[in-house]
Amino acid sequence: MNGNNTFNLMRFLTKYAMIIALVVVFFLFAFLTDGTLLYPQNMSNLLLQNGYVLVMACGMLLCILTGGNIDLSVGSVVCLVGGLAAVLISNMGLPSIPVIILCLIVGLLVGVWQGYWIGYVRIPPFITTLGGMFIFRGVGRLVLNSKTVAIQDPAFLNIFTAYIKIPGLDDGDTKLSALIVGIVAAVCIVLNTVKNRRERAKKGYHQNSAFSDYIKSGLIAALLLYYCHLLSQYRGISVMLVWVVAICLIYNFITAKTAFGRYFYAVGGNEKATKLSGINTNKIYFIAYANMGLLAGLCGLLCAARVGSVNGSTGTSFEMDAIGSCFIGGASAYGGSGSVGGVVIGALLLGIINMGMSIMGLGDAWQYVIKGGVLLLAVIFDVVSSRKTGKG
Amino acid sequence: MANVILEMKSITKEFPGVKALDNVNLRVESGEIHALIGENGAGKSTLMNVLSGTYPAGSYDGEIFYEGKLCQFKTQKDSEALGIVIIHQELALIPLLSIGENMFLGNELKNQFGFIDWDKTYSEAERHMRQVGLNESAQTLVRDIGTGKQQLVEIAKAFSKEVKLLILDEPTSSLNDEDAKMLLDLLIAFKEEGLTSIIITHKLNEIIYCADKVTIIRDGSTIETLVKGVDEFSEDRIIKGMVGRSMEDRYPAREHNIQPEINLEVKHWTVHHPLYPERVVDEDISFYIRKGEVVGFSGLQGAGRTELAMSIFGNSYGTNITGELYLGGQKVSLKSCQDAIRHKLAYVTEDRKTNGLILDESIRFNTTLARLDKVCQKGVIDGDREIQVAEEMKKAMGTKTPTIEQHVGNLSGGNQQKALLGKWMFTEPDILIMDEPTRGIDVGAKYEIYCLINQMVSQGKSVMMISSELPELLGMCDRIYVMNEGRLLAEVEAKDATQEGIMGYIIRDTNKE
Repeated sequence: MNGNNTFNLMRFLTKYAMIIALVVVFFLFAFLTDGTLLYPQNMSNLLLQNGYVLVMACGMLLCILTGGNIDLSVGSVVCLVGGLAAVLISNMGLPSIPVIILCLIVGLLVGVWQGYWIGYVRIPPFITTLGGMFIFRGVGRLVLNSKTVAIQDPAFLNIFTAYIKIPGLDDGDTKLSALIVGIVAAVCIVLNTVKNRRERAKKGYHQNSAFSDYIKSGLIAALLLYYCHLLSQYRGISVMLVWVVAICLIYNFITAKTAFGRYFYAVGGNEKATKLSGINTNKIYFIAYANMGLLAGLCGLLCAARVGSVNGSTGTSFEMDAIGSCFIGGASAYGGSGSVGGVVIGALLLGIINMGMSIMGLGDAWQYVIKGGVLLLAVIFDVVSSRKTGKG
Repeated sequence: MANVILEMKSITKEFPGVKALDNVNLRVESGEIHALIGENGAGKSTLMNVLSGTYPAGSYDGEIFYEGKLCQFKTQKDSEALGIVIIHQELALIPLLSIGENMFLGNELKNQFGFIDWDKTYSEAERHMRQVGLNESAQTLVRDIGTGKQQLVEIAKAFSKEVKLLILDEPTSSLNDEDAKMLLDLLIAFKEEGLTSIIITHKLNEIIYCADKVTIIRDGSTIETLVKGVDEFSEDRIIKGMVGRSMEDRYPAREHNIQPEINLEVKHWTVHHPLYPERVVDEDISFYIRKGEVVGFSGLQGAGRTELAMSIFGNSYGTNITGELYLGGQKVSLKSCQDAIRHKLAYVTEDRKTNGLILDESIRFNTTLARLDKVCQKGVIDGDREIQVAEEMKKAMGTKTPTIEQHVGNLSGGNQQKALLGKWMFTEPDILIMDEPTRGIDVGAKYEIYCLINQMVSQGKSVMMISSELPELLGMCDRIYVMNEGRLLAEVEAKDATQEGIMGYIIRDTNKE
């Protein structure tokens, strides 16, 4: 707290390390791909391709918060639920809405099953979900009868992957609806900052400097505008993007603002103390995994719709992407800390690396090496920097 | 006689932002017991870590002379090689390994093939265990012996390293009075054999009992060294050195305004061990606490006091709990901690680090945890309101910290205890169960905690105070219950009670069988 500038710079660097890393990696690949990465089509696909990771990582974050616990079964649940949807809609010709509801219930039930063992019987999550990973992969293949099943039902696709098309706005090459959404969102962000500052000033609470607050919200607004501009140049806003953004916002709200969300941090920080504070810790574990099942189910539907078909290996290693995003995004491997914002950054970092390397024509093999390296590096940085600040 | 074994000269050690030690000097003569005392955070442990090489030479300024030679230890191994052994407050034993394995961990006795020589390990281990009066098999798992014996294992381990200078960091903080006395007697016996020891402790009576000299450290500097037989060597004199003023009365005066209404009453309370349900931990216990009353619970470790308190607090300990609980005259049955909190009961744990606080979270987070609903609207936390109440609690408790966003783990013991107390005061309890409320905190902070307790009872709250420090119970309580081996032995008025009287109950009961 000496207040000298070099000290603050160090603090700034550690605090925003992942954002800085994201920016650096982004520009690195933009440069290496001669700007191909920045094409509207690629930027649009960046979020859509990684949408499933983001959705699952939100659920995975809750599990990890409870004490570094992970759910290995989500990839298999994607296969099971996606397969169920494909079979019911394509082979049996059932209407999409009831099928979607049924599929989400199946996802939730899977979560409830695992959550029960983990929360109330205290079977280690690693074992429970490792079992689940095998069981649900197997059940998924049984449902699919080990075949690839396509989904072409337009109603189903409209709910998950179609691009929003408002007549009169989106008829031309430039999709105006995307631009309008971008402008509205940007204005909302700036107004919100102004309102927050005014309220805090009125109540006499501590304020960040006006400069940093406005710079921050200005940057975010500009970024949003730019991204929406890119979307408007390609095909507009996809319904899937709406799903992903909605999930991220909801889980950000839950973890950051609600008492319920805070209990996950408390359990991960010190379970005994949390229990003695009158919180039902078993229930927190249970809900973390039940919720994970539900989100994995949703992910199965999104995935089935985006790919257009489901087979026995759909969803393979999705769990690792979700877990990786959480840890790259600064979630503690011991639980108790992490945020949805961090998770989004982690997922985007992985996504940009994947896409950039694909554009450069580097194969799977190198992508694995780089992804693993980034994961390890991020966690090493996190551990070492928190040790330096005297936390560990 | 004046054979100086250790001399530390103008030791200065800085951490980023703080000067932990400032020109500290320490002279220890061969064959003496030298006590080191100071408030929490005064720098005692830092000094010992400098000595043992935990902070390597070069990371501090100053010189260390050991047996007349200038020493620059790079690691703890270097200092151990010369016979300096430090035993930390938190015992470094591995519960699932045997005593013998623990004693030679990292130092294994090997045969000519380089494999561990188990026969030699166990026979050597037992030889050293006999030295410290520990009659156990070296193959017993550390998990299966009590804390007192574990402490002895640590000392036996030190002997296996041919210790010349033994450093004990609060060796008795987790021991009951009887075990503590045994340990101190052991040190005195070793002194006769020429062993030098440095003992860090908060317990003044122990210093008076066993030490030849005491060096007082305050705010990272050595204040003075008192020598038994030369200087005045009394508790009051030492306290004066520690706090820089004499503390007339260690327990703040209080107006006794006990009201006739009974706030909490327990009848025929019996609790069984959670893992071995056939074992009775508390047997047929009945007691009551009036409004505005501080009631003490005295007893040795394992008397069943914590278990009693936790089983009352929403069955948070034990199985097959039977008995009746009345709160404000109403019979209640508390099934969970949440129930207990709702019925305005609070349990301030004896173990703030494991059971009380979330160390990696802020004071603000910890303050509101048990009653988050109070700062919530429809489940959404009102962040501004939370900051406000956390600030209020911090002020009311007198927690010393620059900001409520400070992680609790970074606070000193006394301030952690205040943060914990603030957390439970935020639940607006009528009855506070305080389990060892001043364990491991310094004299100044203790006084402040006592003041807070007085303030609570003056508001008509009731306090159930569990403590292993008899003077504290006598100084603070209105009535005292004496417990031993899960049974309630006696009830005494504090003003008529003496330390000898209470210990007498316990000793007679223990020796009855």
